[in-house]
Amino acid sequence: MIVSWQAPASLALILFLLGLAALLARRNLVFVLMSVEIMLNAAGLLFIAAGMRWGTPDGQIMFIAVLNLAGAELAVGLILLLRLRGRLTTLDGDAAVLLRDSS
Amino acid sequence: MIFWPAALLAVVTTAIAVTGKNPVHALLWFVISLLAMAVVFFELGAAFAAALEVIVYAGAIVVLFLFVVMMLSLDKAAALREESWTKGPVWLLPVGFTGMLGVALAWQMLNTALPARPGRAVLPAAVGLKLFSTDFLAVEMASLLLLAGLVAAFHLAREAQK
Amino acid sequence: MMRDIWLVPALPLAGAVLLGLLGGKIPARLAAVIGASSVGLAAALAIRIALLWFAAPPPGDAFLLPLWTWITLPKFSAVVGLLIDPVSLVLILVISVIGFFIHLFSAEYMEGENGYARYFAYLNLFVASMLLLVLANDLLVMFVGWEGVGVCSYLLVGFWFEEENNGEAAQKSFIVTRVADIAMLIGILILALRFGTLDISTVLHGAVSAWPPGSFWPAVVAGLLLVGGLGKSAQVPLQTWLPDAMAGPTPVSALIHAATMVTAGVYLVVRLHVLFLLAPAVLHGIALGAALTVLLAACAGLVQSDIKRVLAYSTMGQIGYMFLGLGVGAWGAAMFHLASHAIFKALLFLSSGAVSMRLHHEQNIFAMGGLRTKLPLAFAAFLVGALCLAAVPVVGCGFFSKEFLLGAVWAQNPLLWGVGILGAFLTGVYIFRAVFTVFFGASVDVSGAYGVRVILPLTVLALAALGFGWLQTPDFLGGANIFSNVLAPALGGAATDASWPVALIGMAAPLAGIGLAYALHQNGFWRRQGAASPGLFVRFLQGGMGFDALYRAIFVKPFLWTVRVLKDDPVDQVFQLLQRAAVGLHKRLREEQNGKLRRYAGWMMAGSLATILAVVFS
Repeated sequence: MIVSWQAPASLALILFLLGLAALLARRNLVFVLMSVEIMLNAAGLLFIAAGMRWGTPDGQIMFIAVLNLAGAELAVGLILLLRLRGRLTTLDGDAAVLLRDSS
Repeated sequence: MIFWPAALLAVVTTAIAVTGKNPVHALLWFVISLLAMAVVFFELGAAFAAALEVIVYAGAIVVLFLFVVMMLSLDKAAALREESWTKGPVWLLPVGFTGMLGVALAWQMLNTALPARPGRAVLPAAVGLKLFSTDFLAVEMASLLLLAGLVAAFHLAREAQK
Repeated sequence: MMRDIWLVPALPLAGAVLLGLLGGKIPARLAAVIGASSVGLAAALAIRIALLWFAAPPPGDAFLLPLWTWITLPKFSAVVGLLIDPVSLVLILVISVIGFFIHLFSAEYMEGENGYARYFAYLNLFVASMLLLVLANDLLVMFVGWEGVGVCSYLLVGFWFEEENNGEAAQKSFIVTRVADIAMLIGILILALRFGTLDISTVLHGAVSAWPPGSFWPAVVAGLLLVGGLGKSAQVPLQTWLPDAMAGPTPVSALIHAATMVTAGVYLVVRLHVLFLLAPAVLHGIALGAALTVLLAACAGLVQSDIKRVLAYSTMGQIGYMFLGLGVGAWGAAMFHLASHAIFKALLFLSSGAVSMRLHHEQNIFAMGGLRTKLPLAFAAFLVGALCLAAVPVVGCGFFSKEFLLGAVWAQNPLLWGVGILGAFLTGVYIFRAVFTVFFGASVDVSGAYGVRVILPLTVLALAALGFGWLQTPDFLGGANIFSNVLAPALGGAATDASWPVALIGMAAPLAGIGLAYALHQNGFWRRQGAASPGLFVRFLQGGMGFDALYRAIFVKPFLWTVRVLKDDPVDQVFQLLQRAAVGLHKRLREEQNGKLRRYAGWMMAGSLATILAVVFS
């Protein structure tokens, strides 16, 4: 007996909101990256829930795609994190403001 | 019915992870959250996804994360700084925003016409058949994406040439 | 062979393109070779075509080479083509041959200057445009050449653009001629609307059959075209730009502001003389304006201290003579004076350039003196030019052409003839004022020697100035009619000769002028004039009789005032409100561009939230 689609969808929503709140609140870039992972994972959960609802494999295939994306994103993100730390000697996202309007 | 305990565990550990002060501890909580998620996936009849969640997510990605955090060699000062960065008022606006978003999406979910009914399990064999028959192009694209990530990471990891 | 006429303007054009593209990348010597040889080849071709023409003129004494159809509209069409007839033949010879010698002179004169290749590119472009102007079969094509020479004049007057004055002089020449060109363009457009084509012979035939002489439309069109010609030819009241145009290099003044471009107005009237004959009032206006120009130029020339300005005013005056001839319908005489003026004025400018070359580009005649023995070549050349300009009997081409021209004027209007004689007298005074001041008296130091590229043009032009006049002589000197016979098919027969007393007075006037100049030189008057600070009247004459101040008061000041008033008008205020709002908003928004990742994410989140709320709760 498998649960109805609302249960996993609600779970995905809660996890996504947790990740989103952390993304907006945290300054430490390690946590920011982790929040992104949480949000991606929540999206993957929603795909699986949908695949279950209609009984098709597409949900899991999309989950694999999300997984793939998360892996690639994290590899680049972590390298950027290391480079930033090497350059600014901090993990503070608010310190990396080279894109600001300098005038 | 192990779905509900697992879901509860996932939410709680995730909350602990995102509010934590120590990155290593937070990541370990995140690993537990991912394992709980794997149980959820299994409960939803997605055994293949559950296995991937354990092997790739918890096993590879988060471990990579842990390695990097280890290389950052965080000290007491970092922990103190982290304390000051996560004081109460910081959370006000993000939680407000996400709360509104949550209300909107929950409202949408409650009012949707899609009837509640039990889902169906999707066996790994079905996934594999679909993945390597009609969706093979998506596989190729995924491999390209990984290759691009690899090249970018390699390029960025090199010390800046003088 | 006649079909190769297209090469005559195309060769200098190719030179200009080549120099313009390769410009700084080729050595200066090669740039000079390209610049001079392209014009030289064009000159050789023009001479060859002229020889063939004289051996066997084509039927109808005109040869049209249609090149391509430019515009085809239901009610208008324009064909680009080149027309050779006696008038354009004379002019392409003048332009290409004199142009070649001036290029040659420039190669030495401009040596070591920055932008050597640029100079030759402009000069080649000028020659190409001028040749197109005179060869055009269609007024529209002629207008292309007309504007082309205007642009080149602007570029070359402002050649030394690092100095602000030069840039201003260039702008002045461009704007004044542009004002004139607008009038000309309106005239051309009226013709285009009326006849559906701008092909010159078609237009002229159409005008003769459609408009009775003395009617309204030909007067309007001829008047408008004349304004364009007056602007280009620096005639009263559009003469103010020419003295300032002397800011350009001296060979440029020789080629553009003396020999060729400034005579374009004369050419225009000659080319369209059939149209002008339909408007007698305009012809009278031409004669009157020309008489004024002659007097103004002569008076202003008397008090200039810059040798090039003396020559500039003399150019203005000599073109005034040409217009005087045009005003009385002596087209052939005007053409003859045009050709002879081109030769001796180029000679005068080049020799004055040769003088200032050796004096570190000094142009003040009172800073010179006694150069007769130091620079014999420049002296001889300048003297020949001055004798021609003053129209001293029998010596140079200026005498023959002026004699021919004034004879025709006498036959029509003795009063205008009197003005011409007075002008001739004053011309003799002021040009020999320059000759005596520069070449006689206490001498100044000079350095250096001339190369062949200076000697050759001066010699050839001096010989030409001495010999050219014998193509058209008065009855008592043989009565040769070679020049007017050449032009006869296009412009009608030669005018009758003036009677003996008239001719005698015409010969006496310049001699009297030279005598006066000599007396005042012996007396030391010229030197004192140069040393003394000028009085009010002299300053008035020096400034070209106050035309600049007048135009400043009438046109420039009101224009600037209007601009200032319109700058803050109420309508603008409305638009400025928008602008201020945009600037204010921008200031607020740029504060948000603070580089903080969380802020960016927050804004993105807020945007998505707004969208989702709108979708869910609508």
